[in-house]
Amino acid sequence: MKSAVEIAKDVQSGATTASAELAKAYDAIRARNEELNVFLHLDVEGAEKIAADVDARVARGENVGPLAGVPIAIKDNLCQIGIPTTCSSKILDGWKPPYNATVIDRLVAAGAVPVGKTNLDEFAMGSSTENSAFGPTRNPLDPSRVPGGSSGGSAAAVAADMTPLSLGSDTGGSIRQPAALCGLVGMKPTYGLVSRYGLIAFASSLDQIGPFSKTVLDSAVLLETIAGYDPMDSTSLNEPAPSLSAHVNDGVAGKRIGLVKELYEGADESVVASVMAACEALKAAGATIVELSIPELQLGLSAYYLIAPAEASSNLARFDGVRFGLRVDADDVTAMMEATRTAGFGAEVKRRIMLGTYALSAGYFDAYYGQALKVRTLLINAFKKAYEQADLLIGATTPSVAFKFGEKTDNPMTMYLNDVFTIPTNLAGDPALSVPFGTGEENLPIGIQLLGPGRSEAQLFAAARALESADGR
Amino acid sequence: MVVGMEVHTELLTKSKLFCGCANHFGSEPNTNVCPVCLGLPGSLPVLNEDAVELAMRIGMALHCTIAPSTFHRKNYFYPDQSKDYQISQYDLPINSGGYLDLPDGTRISIERAHMEEDTGKSTHIGGSGRLAGADRSLVDYNRCGVPLVEIVSGPDIRSSEQARAYAAELRGILIATGASDGRLEEGSMRFDANVSVRRTGEPFGTRCEIKNLNSLRSLQRAIDYEALRQIELIEEGGTVRQETRHWDEGRGETSTLRVKEDAEDYRYFREPDLVDLAPSQEWQDRVRAALPAMPAQRRSDLEARIANITPAQKDAVVVVIDLGLENFVNAVADAGGDVAIAVSRCANELAANVEALGNLTVDAFVATIAMEAGGELSATQSKQVLAELLTSGGDPRSIAAAKGFEQLSADTMGSMVAELIEKHPDEWQRYKDGDDKLSGFFVGLAMKQTQGKANGKVVIAELQARK
Repeated sequence: MKSAVEIAKDVQSGATTASAELAKAYDAIRARNEELNVFLHLDVEGAEKIAADVDARVARGENVGPLAGVPIAIKDNLCQIGIPTTCSSKILDGWKPPYNATVIDRLVAAGAVPVGKTNLDEFAMGSSTENSAFGPTRNPLDPSRVPGGSSGGSAAAVAADMTPLSLGSDTGGSIRQPAALCGLVGMKPTYGLVSRYGLIAFASSLDQIGPFSKTVLDSAVLLETIAGYDPMDSTSLNEPAPSLSAHVNDGVAGKRIGLVKELYEGADESVVASVMAACEALKAAGATIVELSIPELQLGLSAYYLIAPAEASSNLARFDGVRFGLRVDADDVTAMMEATRTAGFGAEVKRRIMLGTYALSAGYFDAYYGQALKVRTLLINAFKKAYEQADLLIGATTPSVAFKFGEKTDNPMTMYLNDVFTIPTNLAGDPALSVPFGTGEENLPIGIQLLGPGRSEAQLFAAARALESADGR
Repeated sequence: MVVGMEVHTELLTKSKLFCGCANHFGSEPNTNVCPVCLGLPGSLPVLNEDAVELAMRIGMALHCTIAPSTFHRKNYFYPDQSKDYQISQYDLPINSGGYLDLPDGTRISIERAHMEEDTGKSTHIGGSGRLAGADRSLVDYNRCGVPLVEIVSGPDIRSSEQARAYAAELRGILIATGASDGRLEEGSMRFDANVSVRRTGEPFGTRCEIKNLNSLRSLQRAIDYEALRQIELIEEGGTVRQETRHWDEGRGETSTLRVKEDAEDYRYFREPDLVDLAPSQEWQDRVRAALPAMPAQRRSDLEARIANITPAQKDAVVVVIDLGLENFVNAVADAGGDVAIAVSRCANELAANVEALGNLTVDAFVATIAMEAGGELSATQSKQVLAELLTSGGDPRSIAAAKGFEQLSADTMGSMVAELIEKHPDEWQRYKDGDDKLSGFFVGLAMKQTQGKANGKVVIAELQARK
């Protein structure tokens, strides 16, 4: 399948049309969507209109933009006008947003064609899409396995060659982990680089929207398109969007790359072997590998499972049946809210709301949420110290390759541990990406995680590109 | 009695605190709403800088320290709070540690004046008219997200009169800063009073909070009722329970709303969708420089324009400043007119009909006061001319002429007074012996005889000339 950059070039040159590329995408989607459960909703009519508009602009000789006619899949926690947006939850049943997320507007302005909304773990809480109210998504590389999560649908759309690009969101690894499990490039940008306006919040201080793609260059182009200051998001970085795609081939010569013990120890042998091989490849490309230990990273998981649920318990309060979505009638308004939330939320969402409510409660705040905030500060400082010794850090994205359905659903802790390597970056607000490098059990892909200090996306893409080319891609 | 006040004031911004919706009272329900103030999934708040500026003005007017501050979420489920949490400042307010001086000189400390968003408005249909037991409830989100500043006083107030004076003075300050229109009847300002009682010199007693008082009168009545309730309770051997109480205006009593043990746990935490607020020194300086004079300053400026001011005139000055009528007085002063008369007419005739002030030009007022001071109009006639000007505008001289208020000549007045003295020799003798009160007797007769056209001052002058 052609990359996004190639499609955009061909659409702009007239070698193909946006409408033709869209038709191909829908053919691929129809061929496997029933089997894989990737898309919850397809906006065929809307997409055809956007594609026709792109074609008309090309015909008029306009320069449409870097993603001219590129079909893209959208995680179903991003608002798009008039399109059902569910967060894979029954509680948003029937709700159609009256507004676009900022990233949707930016995509369409750059010529991209949103084709539909992809499955996720309910409210982005999970690591396998098994928590979706609409059934799990299957991994296109091995349908007996999970695609990862929470952005499992968006990862599967690209892995199944339905669309060359998709958008996900990453709160504790929800882009990087499915990217690793589906053999894709997935990037979690610096907190504030991409506007969160229109992203239905899970944990506001951790959430970031980011790209899935098959190539590093496509990832950089997509991130460039959606990045940049948005006055609608107070936490958006008030600075010009960085130039990323131009730096993809900058290489890693002279870069110090820190191999962090805590970011691969305990992973499967094949995963550790891939991390070591990646280090060798980077060394061969001119980088220096520095072995580091950041013990504070081990505290990340516990802090995350207090901070994220605490914020979620507040963010998800508005789903009360009063203004939108599901309403289960009852005798009075309090009973109605209770009945609606009882019927509308799944088990994992309820578990985290209860956890977060408890962590914020009077008498427990200091011991739990307050303590977690202190740990977060410790982590931020630990990363800062590490970046004095290395320009970028390297480790594994996940402890293993894609796992089988049901393997980790009995005990929430085993599922939570799948995100142990990805979570610390979210707490620090720094960028990180996963790039496929090597394979493990059943020839399934392994993801290498590259981490950098705030605003180091260009360097991260350059390092990822170095691994990609070492792999002969 | 010990009282501390919490006053909520809506800010007079064009738009709401975290979105671009109009901040406007009285629109059709749910017309000033958007994804942000409706709390739709995915929407995010953006802080309104105009609201920050007004909050700073309030802080500066109350002599507060302005410090870097943060916003928190106050979590509770209620249909009129669209996100089921309220964004409010918590441990780090924008304004803290100030004071307010009452007109009588008492200083009330201000602990803080912080920013928060207002809720929507619920209407409960059927049943009791309250949420519990209503058949159904309707919510209007027009007010949801309207910027508020909550001003918290120290426990420095010692009587209901003082609480009322504090509220009135604060209202004047808020109007002067431009932060509020002070319209209590529209809910622009709402008062909560924390009331406790103790024997003089003993430590503070347990307090009860009376919520949502929306007029100066109910504030004063509610505090009096509540203090008495607590005193009676203690004298009967009971103890006051810390609780929130509701004031029933019709029945004139407070009743338990919720006790402290049932108080909700609001699970406050930092609002992650907003960044810290730290107004630059340059911004603060600009706001401070543009701050107009506050009521206390304006009162003392006005008092300085009245020679040998009497307590009654001081009270009149308070009214003039309260109602913002000093432009009329100042115009009289600038024209070299009689400031004492101007203050008195403002505090009485104008104050009685403030809604009609639009009809009265400053020039007409200055001319009327000049006519009264110069003896062309008696006080009674002057009041009638002002009443006419307030009702339908116009020129005071033509109104006086139309009403037949032509000046009675000095001769006419002199012979009339001589005639009255002759008819009432006993009263005249007592007046001559020093009973000044009898001047009123003669003025009254003169008024009666001339159908109110006589100028009392001229009558007194004639009496004195004949002593």
